[in-house]
Amino acid sequence: MDLPHHGYRPTKTRARAPPPSADPLLFEDTSSSQPAMNSQGYYTPGYNMAAPVGGPQTDPAGNNLFADPMANAAMMYGSSLANQGKDMVNKEISRFMPMNKLKYFFAVDTRYVVKKLMLLMFPYTHQDWEVRYHRDTPLTPRHDVNAPDLYIPTMAFITYILLAGMALGIQQRFSPEVLGLCASTALVWVIIEVLVMLLSLYLLTVHTDLSTFDLLAYSGYKYVAMILTVLSGLLFGSDGYFVALAWSSCALMFFIVRSLKMKILSSLSSDSMGAGASAKPRLRLYITVATAAFQPIIIYWLTSHLVR
Amino acid sequence: MAFTLYSLIQAALLCVNAVAVLHEERFLSKIGWGVDQSVGGFGDEPGVKVQVMNLIRSVRTVMRVPLIAVNSVCIVLLLLFG
Repeated sequence: MDLPHHGYRPTKTRARAPPPSADPLLFEDTSSSQPAMNSQGYYTPGYNMAAPVGGPQTDPAGNNLFADPMANAAMMYGSSLANQGKDMVNKEISRFMPMNKLKYFFAVDTRYVVKKLMLLMFPYTHQDWEVRYHRDTPLTPRHDVNAPDLYIPTMAFITYILLAGMALGIQQRFSPEVLGLCASTALVWVIIEVLVMLLSLYLLTVHTDLSTFDLLAYSGYKYVAMILTVLSGLLFGSDGYFVALAWSSCALMFFIVRSLKMKILSSLSSDSMGAGASAKPRLRLYITVATAAFQPIIIYWLTSHLVR
Repeated sequence: MAFTLYSLIQAALLCVNAVAVLHEERFLSKIGWGVDQSVGGFGDEPGVKVQVMNLIRSVRTVMRVPLIAVNSVCIVLLLLFG
């Protein structure tokens, strides 16, 4: 098996740590132009290194790391206690927030991020909006440009906060409290939007596979539009602000409608063919359009005070 | 409209309180939203009204005891810090 990255791997950490339990499909390296390798190859060097590298660490006869065997035993005991504590904390956290599901949203690479950003700003030429599946699980964002991710919203949120600080500083209105206020306001609006979406999806019994994180991702894409409008407002003044606001609002509305249409509108159950199906598609359409129409309002609300 | 996370928590608490004080006999049955009036939608198209009634009933059942604790904490914080 060909392993060109063999020499770069940090063999020491491979020797002592067990292989990560994450799905190998999630985090393989797709940014480089090399063809995707079999991820089993990543783990075998670790196992082969265990024998020789472990040698200098624990020598056979008394020449240990600590001269004192009691300190060595205490260190082993302490590290096993720490591992137990870590496992317990992980178990408790993963009861509230499923970690594997979260990892799926952060499995991105640079090619995906570039394509997604271009898609957010110019979605009009994209043909296929269907999220592709791979044996019942949705494909990770690395392999499918239509999949939602949480990396872009997180980074865009942080960039928006920094930009807001810069814009306020240009207007001599900066103070550290304002930055925190701006950040929590933006976050609260996203949380409100996600809660309202969840409530409306529940009330209309829309059986979709949109999870909370998916809705969080789709709501978070508006930060990219906000960054664009603030930037052009700073660079080109008030006219540039409104032009960029119009452009990014239209692009984002188109993007949201096309993305959610697949998930919400086409999830009609199989036995609602005849009666009773008239009100439902209309209400679902209302939800999709209302979500899309809410975006420009909130973009304007959150950025107009930064560009005077 | 500058929000903090605490004001969001307060707003959510007020909304949940509002749902929790709806009395079953005195109010909900009178306007036709009682729990005994929601049985019958056994197809898979329950309708918005039945979903809302179920939601109100579940919120009242589940959140009754935690609301006592959260309200007390909020009251103490309000008294201390304004």
